Amino acid sequence: MKITQQTTAHTLTLSLDGELDASSSVILDTELTKPEILNYQKVLIDCQRLNYISSAGLGVFISHLQRFQDANVKLVFFNMQEKVHNVFEILGLDTLMTIVPSESEATAI
Amino acid sequence: MKNVIRISCSRANLKTVRDFVSAYLSVYHLSELHINQIVLAVDEVVANLIIHANAENESQYLQLKLAMEDHMFGIEIEDDSKESYLPSTFREPDLLEHIRLGKKGGVGMALVNRIMDRVEFSSSGNHNVCRLYKKVV
Repeated sequence: MKITQQTTAHTLTLSLDGELDASSSVILDTELTKPEILNYQKVLIDCQRLNYISSAGLGVFISHLQRFQDANVKLVFFNMQEKVHNVFEILGLDTLMTIVPSESEATAI
Repeated sequence: MKNVIRISCSRANLKTVRDFVSAYLSVYHLSELHINQIVLAVDEVVANLIIHANAENESQYLQLKLAMEDHMFGIEIEDDSKESYLPSTFREPDLLEHIRLGKKGGVGMALVNRIMDRVEFSSSGNHNVCRLYKKVV
């Protein structure tokens, strides 16, 4: 799992490249745990190169969502592959998290 | 087509297991989405066995055996841990509660149960067998 960061004044974009499983999800957890992440208004997750996600990867997002909401930080996913979106759907997480098709839509939120 | 693999109980081997299951299923003309679902279900069970049942002890091993018969995919996962999973302890996760509490775990078996048609766990002494089945077209 490779995570690339891009920042603007109020937005942090994390681009995920690879597979998020019980082994690799620790890296993402470390990124999302950093206190300074709560200084942004939006955290965008670019999923274009995210080829796989297991419950361990989903668990990382689930575990930080309330913390983000409490700090008024929006967490938005975009460019998600169908097979990855399907995993969110199976659990019903697609209705609890903000997932949009494109970067422009994510930026507009 | 290779249908048996033996791995040590290390998280690093999860990728090996996913590639093994994907390669086995690749000849059956299934959609990418369906292959991903089956691979995910296997990954979830194997991760639980590696992390929880065997405490990531790399001197312990899991054996996985795959089969396809009459459009029914089956996998048998064997291990020799003292901790065996009891399906009767399964509770459907309350996602809103998980979010509120910031829980990281506890949704893997829900994925397995929702994806697979049949999920069985059995134990005899310290020998445990998990069998997963999924009808494929």
